[in-house]
Amino acid sequence: MSSRDAAESQRLRDLALLRRVRDRMDREYAQPLDVEALARGVNMSAGHLSRRFKAAYGESPYSYLMTRRIERAMALLRRGDLSVTDVCFAVGCQSLGTFSTRFSELVGMSPSDYKVRSRQEMAGVPSCESKKVTRPVRNPVRNREAPLAGRS
Amino acid sequence: MDISIHTTFLPQDDPDAALGFYRDTLGFELRNDVGYEGMRWLTVGPPQQPGVNIVLHPPGADPGTTDEERKVIAEMMAKGTYASIMLATPDLDSTFDQLQASDVEVVQEPTDQPWGMRDCAVRDPAGNMVRIQQMGS
Repeated sequence: MSSRDAAESQRLRDLALLRRVRDRMDREYAQPLDVEALARGVNMSAGHLSRRFKAAYGESPYSYLMTRRIERAMALLRRGDLSVTDVCFAVGCQSLGTFSTRFSELVGMSPSDYKVRSRQEMAGVPSCESKKVTRPVRNPVRNREAPLAGRS
Repeated sequence: MDISIHTTFLPQDDPDAALGFYRDTLGFELRNDVGYEGMRWLTVGPPQQPGVNIVLHPPGADPGTTDEERKVIAEMMAKGTYASIMLATPDLDSTFDQLQASDVEVVQEPTDQPWGMRDCAVRDPAGNMVRIQQMGS
């Protein structure tokens, strides 16, 4: 094997390792997971993992994990029977402040405003339809922050 | 017109590993196994759907693919963003238990999705995303 082939094989193994980190966030986002724990799982330093992950996926592992949590939080808040605090902990966030800040940055309004507004908007709409209409849109949300004025 | 889906394609970078997953883990049957110049094309499908086939193929075998494109495809497969398939089963939870007992990479345990579906997700050995949903949900 030429050194170029060997380097490419190593690169593919590294990318597969990053894929496992990303899949672990999808699988365990509701656990108290942080970048340090993720990095330990693949024997990397947190800084190294963050740089490599961002180079591969265009966002840091922290951003990916928080977006995953906020998406799930949106779904839970729309149910209407859980408090913002309950939802915060249910999606693996341990700080209500960090959760609310990140939620507002991504969604364009606070979790409590979102909960109230989603109930009002969907009042009278059959639940099978509201499920479709309000499902979180994963990719367009990622990497982009909603305008502060709220969703149009 | 009366057109049905006959064959679809998923990339593989290790034919034996792909066969282990689709035949031995998922229970698909091997319908064809074609080798050419060190590459293999494996045709598999579920026994109860004899007319629906998946060809597990070496990506970039088309001579019109450039080296640069082959490299990009291999990297996207490794990072898990290249290809995916959605399957369905009448008993998701028992299927998932069996998958978890083998050594597949689990991406998502069975979950009720907000849009009303219940599904789980795993990776095949090539890094393709395999989502499995509860039939009739």
